[in-house]
Amino acid sequence: MRTLKGTLITTMTWVLVLMFFFPIAWMVFTSFKTEGAAASIPPTLFTALSFDQYQLVFDRGMGTYLLNSLTASISSTAIVLLLAISAAYGLSIRPIKRVQDVLFFFISTRFLPAAASILPVFFILKALGALDNITAIGLLYAAMNLPIAVWMMRSFFNEVPREIVEAAQIDGANLRTELIRVVLPILLPGIAAVALICFIFAWNEYFLATLLTTSIARTTPPFLASFVDGRGQFLAVLSAASTIAVLPVIIAGWVAQKQLVRGLAMGAVK
Amino acid sequence: MTTLTTAPPPAPAQPSAKRSHAAALSLRKKARASRALVLPALFFSIVLTQIPFLVTIYFSFLNWNQLRPAEIAFAGFQNYAVVFTGPDFFPSLMATVVITGSSVVLSLVFGLFFAVLLDRKFMGQGLARTLMITPFLVMPAAAALIWKWSMLDVNVGMVNVGLNFIGLPSIAWNTDFPALTIIMMLTWQYTPFMMLILLAGLQSQSREVLEAASVDGAGPFRTFQWMTLPHLRQYIEIATLLGSIMLLQAFDPIAIMTKGTGGTKTLSYLLYERAFIGLDVGQAAAFGVVTVIVTIAVATIALRTLFKVFMNGSER
Amino acid sequence: MLGKKRAITLGAGLIVIAFALTGCTGAGGGGAASGDVTLTLATVNNPQMKDMEQLKGTFEEDNPGINVNFVQMEEGDLRAAVTADVASGAGQYDIVTVGAYEVPQWGAQGWLTDLTSALADDPTYDVDDTLPAVRTALTVDGKQYAVPFYGESSILMYNKEMTDAAGITISDHPTWQEVAMAAKALNTPDVAGICLRGKPGWGDLFAPLTTVVQTFGGAWYDEDWNAQVNSPEFVEGVNFYVDLLAAAGEPDPVSNSFTECLNQLQSGKVAMWYDASVAASILEDPETSAVAGKMAYTHAPVYKTEESGWLWSWNLAVPKTTKNAEAATTFVKWATSKEYQQLVGTTLGWTRVPPGARTSTYSIPEYEEAAAAFAPITLDVMNAVNPEQPGLNPQPWVGIQYVTIPEFQDVGNQVAQLVADAIAGRTTVEEALDKGQVIAQTAGDKQK
Repeated sequence: MRTLKGTLITTMTWVLVLMFFFPIAWMVFTSFKTEGAAASIPPTLFTALSFDQYQLVFDRGMGTYLLNSLTASISSTAIVLLLAISAAYGLSIRPIKRVQDVLFFFISTRFLPAAASILPVFFILKALGALDNITAIGLLYAAMNLPIAVWMMRSFFNEVPREIVEAAQIDGANLRTELIRVVLPILLPGIAAVALICFIFAWNEYFLATLLTTSIARTTPPFLASFVDGRGQFLAVLSAASTIAVLPVIIAGWVAQKQLVRGLAMGAVK
Repeated sequence: MTTLTTAPPPAPAQPSAKRSHAAALSLRKKARASRALVLPALFFSIVLTQIPFLVTIYFSFLNWNQLRPAEIAFAGFQNYAVVFTGPDFFPSLMATVVITGSSVVLSLVFGLFFAVLLDRKFMGQGLARTLMITPFLVMPAAAALIWKWSMLDVNVGMVNVGLNFIGLPSIAWNTDFPALTIIMMLTWQYTPFMMLILLAGLQSQSREVLEAASVDGAGPFRTFQWMTLPHLRQYIEIATLLGSIMLLQAFDPIAIMTKGTGGTKTLSYLLYERAFIGLDVGQAAAFGVVTVIVTIAVATIALRTLFKVFMNGSER
Repeated sequence: MLGKKRAITLGAGLIVIAFALTGCTGAGGGGAASGDVTLTLATVNNPQMKDMEQLKGTFEEDNPGINVNFVQMEEGDLRAAVTADVASGAGQYDIVTVGAYEVPQWGAQGWLTDLTSALADDPTYDVDDTLPAVRTALTVDGKQYAVPFYGESSILMYNKEMTDAAGITISDHPTWQEVAMAAKALNTPDVAGICLRGKPGWGDLFAPLTTVVQTFGGAWYDEDWNAQVNSPEFVEGVNFYVDLLAAAGEPDPVSNSFTECLNQLQSGKVAMWYDASVAASILEDPETSAVAGKMAYTHAPVYKTEESGWLWSWNLAVPKTTKNAEAATTFVKWATSKEYQQLVGTTLGWTRVPPGARTSTYSIPEYEEAAAAFAPITLDVMNAVNPEQPGLNPQPWVGIQYVTIPEFQDVGNQVAQLVADAIAGRTTVEEALDKGQVIAQTAGDKQK
């Protein structure tokens, strides 16, 4: 009786999980079909696999867009980490109450709809000659991710045992060496989590990229829509492009699953 | 300004008379160092988010249509009058509340459900968890395109193919249920996110306490209601907070799928429409300013009253 | 104090390093030899533009030192990006793809390079070969600000196999009533009678819908810019469209615009389609289309007017802000030249030649043969429509399915969203158009 119930629940779990995963599996599957097979109804389940769509995607120059996405994501993540670690450390050693206000300020900037100040950003970047510039995009992504990063980092700092920090101070280590030699190693998993989350958000960003980049600095998300074709079938090639676009983040997320869980749940763990 | 607080004058470190001079010095030094460490991030954030917002405020008082550059002039509160008397703002606010609210609640409920299911030991637990988190990792633009063309298309979409397979007619998702379509897509993307946080909460629960409860004769549902849920409270709060922040900004599925029809014109999409289709810089800015004020007001109330987590986090 | 200073230096230093790092990778993109020009071309992701990108190598070979970089976007994204760029003088693009709606407005603002003499001075280019109606729409005060890459009107397309099977004949100048009857007769659970755009957007839903409204006697504005959106004629036209969709239209119309309808027609899911004439060249491409050779084409259906087709062109223009105006003009001329049409015909197939831009296209023997099914009617309709007065009454602007004022895309979009609600049955057409009237009047007042 008990095992039967267990089997039932396990089966149900798997069915539900597979339902959730289905759109992604289907996307990957479709990307290996020919256009004709991709659009046929009823859907073909057994078909010769082809890599033609992937060839096509790279012929259309997807490499450049991926490189831009990578540059923007890595550079913004690097900036965010530097600023957030320093800020979170500052907040954690500070013995006064204004900490909360500072945290509030950071998190409130994340509530700002990006659309509210997109025009000024556009005009400012234009005045600086920084439109279609991957550095500018990297900086904007850094600003976008900084609040959540500061907040998560602070939770990680709160996890560092007080004794360790204080012991370091008694040793005469000043704040900087304390940060680098004692606290950082303990924080490494947390830093990895924050980095991963910032990378995901930067990699997936669509709105700013659409409006602030044109060609040299164009990233992957706005490029995807150009596979929707007014001539005939495009499901397979769109699926192939999407698969490539989502793959880096999915793999990173799968590999660093533990960090992801930790990073996201940190705000609640004390 | 968009800060949540009006800054009180800097509080000097106040060493009590009994403390030694050295301790006071160290305290003051700490405060200074702390300020210095926070400053770069603060400065960066202010430059990149607050300055553009100040410019937005300035723009909101201008009469400026991008296609009539010769007619730029000071407009007073005219743009704000349009916001509050026009037909756009309040329905859009409503749409935002409905779409964000239901997506948060639904993904939280599903997330909790999946967290409980995946917390059990069963065959392939690790794989199931891995597959389950994937929707959150998928680029929203790609997800919206795949959902539109591969899943919800009325002829070749797999959801409709599935419905036909079990004898039901295809559903014209975008036409008949635009808001539901968006909510469904967002829920699909954010359920894994909620699940991840709640799963961490479940796993931090002490096994002994739960076992003790079951020895005491409490059924699984009672245990869940009286022990697990209270324990999860702070995780639920954090999941709600982070989820709302991100869902509030959802733009891609609306731009790609419904184009703002049928109650899907959220504030994010409205702002985009005012700025890039209306091309009226002044009006778009006024909508932006009002949106920010409303959002911040709601966020402040939510943060200060609902989310103890936030406070607790800084009490240490 | 030491700690603070150090921390700031540390933070600042790190930021500088980060800047430098990103700067390096960012600048790594442009590794062209000195003297080379790279032109950035913003364009809409239509098939003809993809063909242009495919063939750009020929241009780059013939013009050493000039490279062309294509940026393809969806129509809406393109409009947003290009308008913001051109209006603010950001100068990110050397060549932009601009619709017939924007060209006269942007030309009058002085945002586009006047191409008149560059085109006229080159006898081989033969600018007088451009279709007159299209060229009129691109010219302001005698100055031509853009060159048509392809032009289109709207026609009725139908699957002749299906109409034959149902024993239905459709005349060459059908009325909407006739088309509605046919659509209802052809409508089955598996095949919709007719595909009509329902995607909310002035360039999507309201392109065909405005022509329907006009042939029903309605218009967006009267001669004095009074909005006419809830006038009986406008309401009748929209009601007709909405009712036809409900009775015999494709499922999920609010999702559908040109691309979606094209897909459904090609896969045999709909029998008839009223849309851009350029679709015919895609439907007749034997390599990609399953219905090639099975289609028939007629003039746009009418009710109270003689003709009801729209007039549209996608054009190439050179923004004033470009630093490479000369190279850009060279490319624009190449892409719209007679040689380019030959190039497309010989390398990609004759049905793919961009239609509706040059009169001479229609006398290329290979094109006449390959495009026999739709070329004559396209030329016919494009010469027959009257953008100065498409409806029953005179109007104070030039243009058929749009109103040439800056506010129109906003007005059109918002009213389209309201009508989409009516299509879905969430509101009535009358309610939607009463709200639309208010929106349209606000914009109309600015013209007075």
